[in-house]
Amino acid sequence: MYGEQPLFGLLNRIGGAPVADHRPWPRYRVTREGWLSLIEEMEGSAWSLLGLWGEPKEVFVALREDMSGDIAVVSLECPQGRFPSLSAVRPSANRLERAAHDLYGLTAERTTDPRPWLDHDAWGVRRPLSDRPGAPSPNPGPYTFLPVEGEGLHQIPVGPVHAGIIEPGHFRFTANGETVVRLEERLGYVHRGIEGLMRGKPVAEAARLAARISGDSTVAHSLAFARAVEAAVDLRVPPRAVWLRALMAELERVANHLGDIGAICNDAAFAFMLAEMSQLREAVLRAADLCFGHRLMMDRVVPGGVAADLPERGPALLLDLCAELRRRFPPLVTIYDGKASLQDRTVGTGIVSTGLVNRFGASGPVGRASGRGLDARRNPGYAPYDDLEFEVPVLTECDVNARVWIRIREVEQSIALIEQIARRMPGLPRGLDGTTPLPLVPLEAGQGGAGTREGLSLVESFRGDILTWVRVEADGTIGRCHPRDPSWFQWPLLEAAIEGNIVADFPLCNKSFNCSYAGHDL
Amino acid sequence: MFKHILKSLTGGPVTEAGPSPSDPALAELAGKLEKAAKARLGRSLSIREVDAGSCNGCELEIHALNNPIYDLERFGIRFVASPRHADVLLVTGPVARNMREALVRSWDATPDPKWVVACGDCAVSGGLFRDGYACVGPVNEVLPVDLHIPGCPPRPADLLAALLALLETSAAR
Repeated sequence: MYGEQPLFGLLNRIGGAPVADHRPWPRYRVTREGWLSLIEEMEGSAWSLLGLWGEPKEVFVALREDMSGDIAVVSLECPQGRFPSLSAVRPSANRLERAAHDLYGLTAERTTDPRPWLDHDAWGVRRPLSDRPGAPSPNPGPYTFLPVEGEGLHQIPVGPVHAGIIEPGHFRFTANGETVVRLEERLGYVHRGIEGLMRGKPVAEAARLAARISGDSTVAHSLAFARAVEAAVDLRVPPRAVWLRALMAELERVANHLGDIGAICNDAAFAFMLAEMSQLREAVLRAADLCFGHRLMMDRVVPGGVAADLPERGPALLLDLCAELRRRFPPLVTIYDGKASLQDRTVGTGIVSTGLVNRFGASGPVGRASGRGLDARRNPGYAPYDDLEFEVPVLTECDVNARVWIRIREVEQSIALIEQIARRMPGLPRGLDGTTPLPLVPLEAGQGGAGTREGLSLVESFRGDILTWVRVEADGTIGRCHPRDPSWFQWPLLEAAIEGNIVADFPLCNKSFNCSYAGHDL
Repeated sequence: MFKHILKSLTGGPVTEAGPSPSDPALAELAGKLEKAAKARLGRSLSIREVDAGSCNGCELEIHALNNPIYDLERFGIRFVASPRHADVLLVTGPVARNMREALVRSWDATPDPKWVVACGDCAVSGGLFRDGYACVGPVNEVLPVDLHIPGCPPRPADLLAALLALLETSAAR
């Protein structure tokens, strides 16, 4: 069936050679001419860019045809370290290309923006992951921000250390009086070199790194990594593990959305909501702690299955939690909806057009509040969600208020999902004596083929879809792993959202996006 | 909403009793604080949190300290927006090299007497990120650290116990 679809049809036509042992979606290696015709085709198509990443001598791009859900990876060998840039046809590619340049020394030809991105001249090395890392530049100059011209403009630099308990990043505002004319972001401050650290690590060690890509989506990133590895080595995990993973993912989603709803209201000076929502969030985290032994459920989803099973009283405990949330959450939603002073801040603020979210392929609440209704749990979809009932809320108001409402609706949906999972979980719980083994299949070396095997996964975090691509070497270590956080395609939209708003509304807009710094900087 | 507030007012506090100051933290702090500093601070601490490369797991739990259940402020400890207002820098993360300068500048901007608390396994030891090209390693390779709070991330109750130890020691006599 794949051959008939336009995306795959094109890849065959431009002379793409399918690469063996790439699962579950194919990878095509194209020639430079093929890559150029791909760019030409992308100009007239709506394929979403799912990710772009480098290796010392090759560049990869993952594409999806949103309607059919077909996904493919296309790669181009670039022995000279150069490749034609996709940034003119997909602006979302630009920062990824700059990152590939900073890490691998791959140069994007005819790019729309060649400035460095992750490299702040502080590592003591250039192109750290390339074959031939370079000496640091002898006199690094300051980062060049985009020029701004006009009467009565002034600039406000903010960060990297912000006035709050949040992650570091730099924002350069250009304002005319109170109104923001342009925001330019500079990120990369929390770059920890995760992709480099994963190279050559055994799968289990790399999984611990994946769990620390972004602490708030530790379950989702672990799941994306585990699913990519399992796809690569063709491993099927026990059904109970699949359901436990979904349970953890939904608990994480509820906890984060509750925190975000409270924090957005707090940034509109309505602290009451933060106080209330943070109590609900605490209730979720404590339930997670009782069920899985960690409040954020870090390191609980591992390749092969899960590292913790529910205690015997787990399902009852979760149903109690859901009942409490169902009792306490709706009155707070009514208060949010009925406070004119709060609505005054959130309605019509920070608008991102539907055209723009589609162009950038933004997922999660940012996309869904602007009419882009994709959810990786549905498209491409993965177990056990095909067996569960839930709705994906979509709004078209495109403002802060819509992003709050998407989160409210998703909290309701996730509560229902947790209830379904708690009631219908297959398999036996771990007995008090610990005799029932964990739903975990050990990874054997050489599983799923003798040589290198590659896998791709798309997983829905509370923030949007995470794409993880992994290459497992013959000896069972990780040859290369690229986790692409949803924030990559949401950060650029924040620059658009704040335009024409007042400076004082920036915290509100920023919180309504709640992009990850750590997940983006890696 | 007013009904809700009335119920909260009459329903008694949701705040849980605070933990006692953590023993390992008290032991670590003993003798580190000068007498002059102790006299000056009394029973109040202002904390500036600096993320120096954390995955934000620590930040989530530090945030939880401000919720009504842990209610850090009842002890006289509060988070401030500027290092210039702070007595304590609470540092998380394995000090990403890209954050090193910002961290040092935050420390320079903090008035004396000041303390540095390394929060979380990454800040304490560099964690999983110690060996990369992108991280310096533990916070004490960049700043003098007075108190270490291990955990990945530390639980809010552990954070609270450690910060109370800092308060106790700095306020003693």
